[in-house]
Amino acid sequence: MSNKEWPLWEVFIRSKQGLNHKHVGSLRAADATLALENARDVYTRRSEGISIWVVESNYIHASDPSDADSFFEPSDTKVYRHPTFYEVPDGVKHM
Amino acid sequence: MKTMDLQELEKRFQEKIDKEIKIEPNDWMPDEYRKTLIRQISQHAHSEIVGMLPEGNWITRAPNLRRKAVLLAKVQDEAGHGLYLYSSVETLGADREATIDDLHSGKAKYSSIFNYPAVTWADIGTIGWLVDGAAIMNQVALCRCSYGPYARGMVKICKEESFHQRQGYESLVTLCNGTPEQKAMAQDAMNRFWWPALMMFGPSDDESPNSAQSMKWKIKRFSNDELRQSFVDATVPQAEILGLTIPDPNLKWNEATGHYDFSPINWDEFWQVVNGNGPCNKERIEARKKAKENGMWVREAATAYAAKRSMKKTA
Amino acid sequence: MKNEALYNYVLHMGDDSLVLGQRLGEWCGHGPILEEDIAMTNISLDLIGQAMSLLDYAAEIERQGKDHDALAYLRFENQYRNVLLVEQPNGDFADTMMRQFLFDAFRKPLYEKLTASSDAQIAAIAEKSLKETRYHLKHTSEWIIRLGDGTDESHDRAQKALDNLWRYTNELFYETEEAKSLVMAGIVPPMSEIKILWKQTVEAVFTEATLVIPTNNWQFEGGRRGVHSEHLGYLLAELQYMQRAYPNMKW
Repeated sequence: MSNKEWPLWEVFIRSKQGLNHKHVGSLRAADATLALENARDVYTRRSEGISIWVVESNYIHASDPSDADSFFEPSDTKVYRHPTFYEVPDGVKHM
Repeated sequence: MKTMDLQELEKRFQEKIDKEIKIEPNDWMPDEYRKTLIRQISQHAHSEIVGMLPEGNWITRAPNLRRKAVLLAKVQDEAGHGLYLYSSVETLGADREATIDDLHSGKAKYSSIFNYPAVTWADIGTIGWLVDGAAIMNQVALCRCSYGPYARGMVKICKEESFHQRQGYESLVTLCNGTPEQKAMAQDAMNRFWWPALMMFGPSDDESPNSAQSMKWKIKRFSNDELRQSFVDATVPQAEILGLTIPDPNLKWNEATGHYDFSPINWDEFWQVVNGNGPCNKERIEARKKAKENGMWVREAATAYAAKRSMKKTA
Repeated sequence: MKNEALYNYVLHMGDDSLVLGQRLGEWCGHGPILEEDIAMTNISLDLIGQAMSLLDYAAEIERQGKDHDALAYLRFENQYRNVLLVEQPNGDFADTMMRQFLFDAFRKPLYEKLTASSDAQIAAIAEKSLKETRYHLKHTSEWIIRLGDGTDESHDRAQKALDNLWRYTNELFYETEEAKSLVMAGIVPPMSEIKILWKQTVEAVFTEATLVIPTNNWQFEGGRRGVHSEHLGYLLAELQYMQRAYPNMKW
C-alpha cells in the first residue's frame, strides 16, 4: 500500500493562564495547522486547555536514560542549593 | 559477557518494577515486555475503534436530541481513547498504521464483545452499563500499569469514561420505569449482553498462559477471574435496582465466599467469536478497512499539500 | 401564535442545523482518519446543540407546549424547512466538506449579524453559535484548500463536489415575504448582505484551492417551502424511527 503516512506530532496544552504547557500525548497530521486543529478536537473536548503547542516528534531531542546517573545525580548532592540547608535563628521573619 | 549484561539489565528492570518505578519509553526493557505491551495496548486501541461501530449505528436513530448528543459525544470519546492508546503504542516504537493493518488482516484481535450486534435502542444503554462497566473494571486496574505512557493514558480514559457507564445506566432506568414494551426491550438486551460482557475479561486464569508474566511485570494487576468476579459482584445489585433478571439460573449470593456464584461460561462461543466467527466480525473489519481505503486519497491530498507548501517556503 | 414570521425564521435555522447535524453524524466511525472522524463528530455535536436551542425557541414562540424534540421528531416531511443543500447525502469526504464549507460560509456572517438582533434570545443563541461556527468554517476552509490544491485526484473530487452542490447555494439566501418584516424590525439582517459576505469567503477559498466556480447558474430551491429532494425522506425515516414506532414514550 502506498502508505504515505502523516508525521507524528507531540501535543502540549496550557490548562489555564499562569501554568506551563504540559505534554498530553501525540497525534498524526499532515501539517502544523491541521495538527493544531486535531489537537483541539482530540485533547480539549472537556475544556482542558486554553493554549496548544504542537511539535513534530522528529524535532524533540531527549536525554539518554542510560546517562541518567551522570546527568542528574550530581545535583542530588548539592544540598546547599535548597533553602532548608541553612539555619536561621528563631524569631527571624519574612525569610 | 553479553549474556551477563542482559541478565543484569533484566534484574535491574525487575527491581524497578518491584519498587513501583514506572518504565518510560526510552528506558531499557526486555523485548518480551515491549512486545507484550505493543500487543495489549494496540488490541485495546482497536477495541475502542471497533467499539464505535455498534453504537455509532444508533446515532442517526437516537430517540431524542439529548440522547443523540450524548451518544455522539460518547462514541467520539471512544475515537479519542483509541487515539490516546495508539499514541502510547507509538512510544514503544510501533507504528500506528502498521498495527491497524494487523487489525484489518485479522492478525490483531480486539474485544470480542463488539462482534455482537446492537439491534435495539436498549442495547445502547446496556452497552454503556455492562460493556463500559466491564471495561472500566479492567481499565481502573491498568491505571497502575508499570508502563508510564499506558498508565497515564488509562488515567485520562477512566476519567472520561465515568460518564459512559452512567449515561447507559440512566438510559436503562428510563426504560425500566417506562412502558411494558420499554421494559421488555431492556430485559431482552440484558439477556443478549450479559454473557458476552462476562467474556470480556478473557479466559479463565488456568487457560491464560501469559497472565503470570504480565502480573510479574505489573502490566496486569489482577487476574481475569478476579476482575470478572468483581464485575459480577458490582453489577448484580445494579440489575436488581432496575428490576432486570440476570439470565443465569445459578446466580446466587454465597455467604461463605462473600461473592456471587455464577454458571460456567460458554468458552466455545468465546473462542469462536475471538477467532472470527461472531455475528458481526466480518462487518466490523470490513467497515474499518473501507474507512481506511476510502480515506487514502484524503490523507495523500493533505500530504501533497504540505509538501507543496514547504517547497514554496524554501523557494 | 405570537409571531409567525419569527417562528418560521427560527424554525428554518433550526431545521438546517438539525438535518446537517444528522447527516454529519452518519460519518461517526467511518472517517478517513481517526483525527478527522473526531473533528466531524465535533461539528455534528455543535449543530445538534444549535438545533436544540433554536427549536426550543421556535417552540416557545409557537406556544403550543412543544419542545425541541416534538419539533425535531414529529413533523411530516413537507413541514421541515431546511435548505436542500443540508439534506444532500454525504457522498465522499470531498462532498461532505464542500457541503459543510458552503454552509459554514453562510452561517458565520448570519450569526455575526444576528448577535446584534433586537431579539435578545436570538442574539444570545447567535453569540454562542458564532464561536462554534467560526471554528467550523476555519476547519472546512483548510480542508477545501488541501483537497483542491492537494493531488490530482483530490482536486477532481473537490471540483466535482463543487459542481454538484453549487446549484443548491442560492437557496441559502431565500428570503420569505414575511421575513422582510423581521428585517424592518432589526431582528434579522437582509439576506442580500449575507450573500455578499458569503461570496467573498467562498471566492477567496476557492481561488486558493484552485477550484473553479461553475458557470451554469441554474439553481434549485424548495426546501424553505417544504418541497424537498428524495433524500430527506430517508433521513427522516431514521431520525424519527423510535418516536414513530414507540409513540408517546420517554427516553
